[in-house]
Amino acid sequence: MGDPLLRISGLTKAYPGVVANDDVSFDIGEAEVHALLGENGAGKSTLVKMIYGLVKPDKGGMTLRGAPFTPPEPRAARAAGVAMVFQHFSLFDALNVAENIALGMENPPKQRDLAARIREVSETYGLPLDPMKIVGDLSAGERQRVEIIRCLLQDPKLLIMDEPTSVLTPQEVEILFQTLRKLKAEGTSILYISHKLEEIRALCDTATILRLGKKVDTCTPAEKTARELATMMVGASFETPAKAARELGPVVLEVADLSMKAPTEFGTSLKNVSFQVKAGEVLGLGGVAGNGQDELILALSGERTGGTGKVMLKGRDLGQEGPVARRAAGLLTAPEERLGHAAAPDMSLTENAFLTAKTRKGMVKNGFLDWGKARGFAEEVIKAFDVRTPGTENAARSLSGGNLQKFVIGREVLQGPEVLVVNQPTWGVDAAAAAAIRQALLDLAAGGAAIVVISQDLDELMEVSDRFGALNEGRLSEIRPVDGLTVEQIGLMMGGAHDMEVAHVDG
Amino acid sequence: MIRLEKRPQPSQLWTYLTPVLAVVVTMVLGGVLFAFMGKAPLEAIRTIFWDPIFGEFAFYYRPELLKKAAPLILIAIGLSFGFRAGIWNIGAEGQYIIGAICGAGVALAFYPTEARWLIFPLMIVAGILGGLIWALIPALLKVYFRTNEILVSLMLVYVAEVLIKAFSVGLMRNPEGMGFPGSRNLRQYPAAANLELIANTGIHWGVITAVFAVIVAQVFFARHQFGFNVRLAGQSPRAATFAGVDPSRLVIICMCISGGLAGLAGLYEVAGPSGQILGSFPAYYGFTAIIVAFLGRLNPIGILLAGLLLALTYIGGDAASSSMNLPAAAIQVFQGMLLFSLLSLDVLTNYRIRLKKAQVA
Repeated sequence: MGDPLLRISGLTKAYPGVVANDDVSFDIGEAEVHALLGENGAGKSTLVKMIYGLVKPDKGGMTLRGAPFTPPEPRAARAAGVAMVFQHFSLFDALNVAENIALGMENPPKQRDLAARIREVSETYGLPLDPMKIVGDLSAGERQRVEIIRCLLQDPKLLIMDEPTSVLTPQEVEILFQTLRKLKAEGTSILYISHKLEEIRALCDTATILRLGKKVDTCTPAEKTARELATMMVGASFETPAKAARELGPVVLEVADLSMKAPTEFGTSLKNVSFQVKAGEVLGLGGVAGNGQDELILALSGERTGGTGKVMLKGRDLGQEGPVARRAAGLLTAPEERLGHAAAPDMSLTENAFLTAKTRKGMVKNGFLDWGKARGFAEEVIKAFDVRTPGTENAARSLSGGNLQKFVIGREVLQGPEVLVVNQPTWGVDAAAAAAIRQALLDLAAGGAAIVVISQDLDELMEVSDRFGALNEGRLSEIRPVDGLTVEQIGLMMGGAHDMEVAHVDG
Repeated sequence: MIRLEKRPQPSQLWTYLTPVLAVVVTMVLGGVLFAFMGKAPLEAIRTIFWDPIFGEFAFYYRPELLKKAAPLILIAIGLSFGFRAGIWNIGAEGQYIIGAICGAGVALAFYPTEARWLIFPLMIVAGILGGLIWALIPALLKVYFRTNEILVSLMLVYVAEVLIKAFSVGLMRNPEGMGFPGSRNLRQYPAAANLELIANTGIHWGVITAVFAVIVAQVFFARHQFGFNVRLAGQSPRAATFAGVDPSRLVIICMCISGGLAGLAGLYEVAGPSGQILGSFPAYYGFTAIIVAFLGRLNPIGILLAGLLLALTYIGGDAASSSMNLPAAAIQVFQGMLLFSLLSLDVLTNYRIRLKKAQVA
């Protein structure tokens, strides 16, 4: 035959104002782990959506084992043997594993038979999973296993995985890699989407690199250095943030024994969280998604009160104060979700600047707004943080993710906080903008502020933090200095592999 | 193939253009409706929209226009605060009725004392409080028990309607009224009457209050922190909490504003144009004000214009029903169509229409 499993030739897809994919061609061979590498916005998602039948290409075509392949919808793609594990899971919290899997099947077998098959597949591939468990009680890593097993039950020829390791601890990543290698040994091809270079070098046979919708190169990642891959991905080298030696001052923020009930049934309750941050220090808080990060930042920003324990800023307890009082005192926050939480999508940048800066920048007088001051501050943020936008009167939703993130972080940084708490500061932001944001946080610390960075990106935390702690099911681990910390130690702090053994891989 | 494409931000132009377009579409659709009913469509439209302002009897209709527009504008301004914040007070009609009952109650309690300086202000306070308390019921239930304010406020309209009927034949019945239902006529009680301040202009205290409310609301939305918080909470509730807006407080304040203004409108109506507490007092101003609020883009100046327009359909509709035998229901259908076409045309604010040939896959 000689045909590859999947041949992609000249795929092009344009959205209003942006060409997501421009004449992309490459082959995925049989039993090959093929990496799709690129920054956020490089067009990886659009490309796999076309392969999976979610998006129709404007131009170009695909062949699957030599036959034309134009899936009009995901069902057709699945029937042809293409399965996909999404970055965001589509699972129902209130149902158990087997029920969730049955929901995604055309002709689900009886519950008992399905449970037996799930057990069989999970043992074969070393993905321990109890089919009767309620999904809401599972960790992120376990939920991913549900999605993977859902795919494996279809006996796919090509398995697409979108950023699978972003929700895993290092130990869980190792389990996943063993599974993927076993799948490959059995002849399944895998299209592996990621921007984590070391992973790709360890796992993938071939890598296709996308930049701004165009294919840059196809190469063998093991033969390249991470640095070379990064340069291909970004297109130019950029400055990695410099951590200058800093004098640490007195403790500015002290959180003592903070406990707070989860807002919803499947949320995470905070349990006896305690930490201190000194002036000039950056504390990195890691952890797998859904282990209390969102709850912690809501409790620190003052959006949720009513827990027990203390949030002390320079010795003053702000635990029962709302967001306005905390900002006035110097405790600023930047939540993870840019649109709809940190910024109001349909409001202008001026209005969004007013949103959090009104008190510290004196934009309110007798209840009346000083729009001139707000506009001035918005301009200052735009200028200092190189936010690409036509002007201050544009709606927040018209900005790209990276630009809006720069605006949101800049808005807090330029208010001169005593303490700044940020959640996922560079999530979905291109590498250059991410470097700029990290540098701004380090500069702020150098200026004497205390910084708390909550992130799921371990590389980022190692880069900016002085000390590191991890959230696990709402508890905070012991906090250790970053220098001398090994990946194994970090993994264990994050909760290890959630007590799952790798025992069945050969079974 | 026609495709809708989301705009990167809402179109300023279309925000202002859609209400105008909606009026035109409604006129066309209304004309078709009237034609089906066997009436001359152009004449009907002219009778409704043109004659009351420029026709032969305009001198009679123009003051009426202001009297009808004032309660609509007053109520719609109140509603706009809640609607902008995503709080749906559908029961302004009920708050309007309770405001009238409370205001009239004060007047009747003092009858026949001649102390306007005391009685009229007291009536105003009572009217505001009546509407406010009636709106506070759904507000508190929403905050403390998470009930749906749409349902509760709407249900309370029917309670209010029953109450006013009961009062008109019971507690507030005119003792000198020969046993007919209805209270004393407040228009004939100088200390309580809300009469025209300048003869034959239609301008009574309600008109002045309505204009004042428009100005205050305009200033609040544009320049005051409260107006900003209201807009923020409506557009993006989580960003509002992040900014430090307490959603429960906002619900209560907004419901109080809309209830209070609706009650005030009820008071001006019962002491002025209507004159008495009667089973037929409800005039659906509270419901029509919802159309006014949306037609006016929840913008105070827009509401002022929309209120005048809707008042025109009331008056023109009356005129058309007497001169052309149009059924009264046809006018209500007409008003409903106005809201309907506005909501459907609203698509153009957030989307643009693209004409595209279907592509061969």
